[in-house]
Amino acid sequence: MRLYLAVFALLAAVHCEELFNGDQVLRIHAESESHIHALKELEEDVESGLDFWTHGFSTERPVDIRVPQSRLYAVKDFLKKNNIPFTVMINDVQDLLDKEKAEMVGNAKMERNTKSFNFAAYHDLETLYSFMDTLVASHPNLISKVNIGNSYENRPMYALKFSTGGVSRPAIWVDAGIHSREWVTQASAAWIANKIASDYGVDPSVTSVLGQMDIYLMIVTNPDGYVFTHTNNRMWRKTRSVNSGSSCRGADPNRNWDAGFGGPGASKDPCSESYHGPFANSEVEVKNVVDFITGHGNFKSFISMHSYSQLLMYPYGYTCTDVPDKSELHSVGTAAIEELTSLYNTRYQVGSICKIIYQASGGSIDWTYNIGIKYSFAFELRDTGFYGFLLPANQIIPTAEETWLGLKYIMQYVRNHPY
Amino acid sequence: MASTGDLEPTHYPARRAATVALHYLNTHHGSPFRVFGLQQVHKASAEDVAAGGRKYKLDFSVTDWASGSEGPALRCSADVLFPQTERHSGPEVQLRCEALQQINRTAQEEHAFYQRYISPDSAVSARDIPDSYGNVSEEMQPFWRLARVAASFIMLRESSERTEFNMAQVASVAQQGSSEEQLMLEFVVLLHDFPSQEIIQWKLLASWSPDRGVRVLQTEWQPRCPHATKPPN
Repeated sequence: MRLYLAVFALLAAVHCEELFNGDQVLRIHAESESHIHALKELEEDVESGLDFWTHGFSTERPVDIRVPQSRLYAVKDFLKKNNIPFTVMINDVQDLLDKEKAEMVGNAKMERNTKSFNFAAYHDLETLYSFMDTLVASHPNLISKVNIGNSYENRPMYALKFSTGGVSRPAIWVDAGIHSREWVTQASAAWIANKIASDYGVDPSVTSVLGQMDIYLMIVTNPDGYVFTHTNNRMWRKTRSVNSGSSCRGADPNRNWDAGFGGPGASKDPCSESYHGPFANSEVEVKNVVDFITGHGNFKSFISMHSYSQLLMYPYGYTCTDVPDKSELHSVGTAAIEELTSLYNTRYQVGSICKIIYQASGGSIDWTYNIGIKYSFAFELRDTGFYGFLLPANQIIPTAEETWLGLKYIMQYVRNHPY
Repeated sequence: MASTGDLEPTHYPARRAATVALHYLNTHHGSPFRVFGLQQVHKASAEDVAAGGRKYKLDFSVTDWASGSEGPALRCSADVLFPQTERHSGPEVQLRCEALQQINRTAQEEHAFYQRYISPDSAVSARDIPDSYGNVSEEMQPFWRLARVAASFIMLRESSERTEFNMAQVASVAQQGSSEEQLMLEFVVLLHDFPSQEIIQWKLLASWSPDRGVRVLQTEWQPRCPHATKPPN
């Protein structure tokens, strides 16, 4: 152990790494002018090696000083002699630094392994993409990664395909993060991807769905927007396309679909959060999904995840007229919500987009419904506004767990009602 | 085109009107230790009124968000009038909630909070509450609630049948020198309007004390710069 320490110290010295073994941080409470005078004396003594963490002395605020181990006795003695009260805030600075470093190294390691991928945290795009790769690598017979095209800023758009075989089986689509600021959706989708993988062969209903159908899960549907919420503006919603003639960027990817495009509930102002874009499918992110869905030709259900408000909705958004399948969709939605609520008592409402939240044209599930994908739904996940978009990470897993129960119900229903 | 008579309580017209009543409730009864959220609308109806506005009658429940995500529910009834005027004028609300007159269980916390920050040297200042990851430090919780109460004055005033406001984030809080024994706080808040999905920024100056409650002294809309990506200070 001694040898190890000696070598370590040598290496540290060689690498010019400063060590703080035995150093303490003292919190000093000056109570009078003479105390302040004494502290100033201490500070003026530059040979002392004292590291003042607070500058400017007053009797109103404590002063924190890191004291090297070699000077501890002398400094404490000085303070006692001058009757200056102090407490030991940090007992051993190096110890604390070592613990912090170990935690960071540990976290980084954790990210690299899905078995310990931290689902209870928000991750950047790179980490989510590498999670997808790890998931695929650990379930090569069940999951593959499909690149459906690039985003505006040339980032790949990946869907995870869950399939037990067959050729172009009837399929279910689930997407998250089309609106980039709705972080709980991407985070929940990652958990759900892992859940489907681990439940296959174990949970009867997942196993039976995958026995007949494929599931496509797109964890980050708006990668440019997602990156922007990390680097620049947490509240960014849209894509990041350049709008000609405007300094404002992006269109609302959920107003850009070819269903009542340009109608009420979408804006023609490029600076607006609900700008519909110059024409339907102008946003490459939308076009990629549209092309994929039409190219595949056999989707039976399309489910899009948003936040917040705790709602489960079916078409239409672009008009308040009921869809022909309204009764069935409403009762499927109601039953799905019962499953969801059964876990943590989270209250959800069910209804058409237009009636429950607002008339909104150019939405994805309106388009999918109109091309014949009957079981088209949109979720608004937690919460109801307390945290809103900024949902704390400790709610990711509960949200994902309850949402999964609702999703599973829908998937099971779709499997049992082929058309 | 707006429906008259009984309204579906889960649909947006009823919910928007209830949200207005909620903002009114928070302006009158909110504090650093009490802030309400809408739980459910039970019944709602609307009618046109003679002067040309629309009046909603509502029966709904709220919960105190300060006592955990699903504290006990309070039943309320309200009349919300959206006037029809050339220039926007805020809705008028009449509100009754059961059991609001209960003993103020938060009096102790309010006084402790007040004592802690009323000192002349206190200079609280913070940004991004919650942060991007939803974190709010223990110390900032009462300021977060206070911001929501103060923001409710703005949300109430700016509401119409076409809006549904919520406070999305406190961009900044900066304590100003106390005046007349009131805590003085300058907030910049981000409001989220659900129908338009816009994030609207307001700077406001609010005072608070346990005795006088929250008062909003100044408000200033902050324009959004298309180039800037962070809200201006």
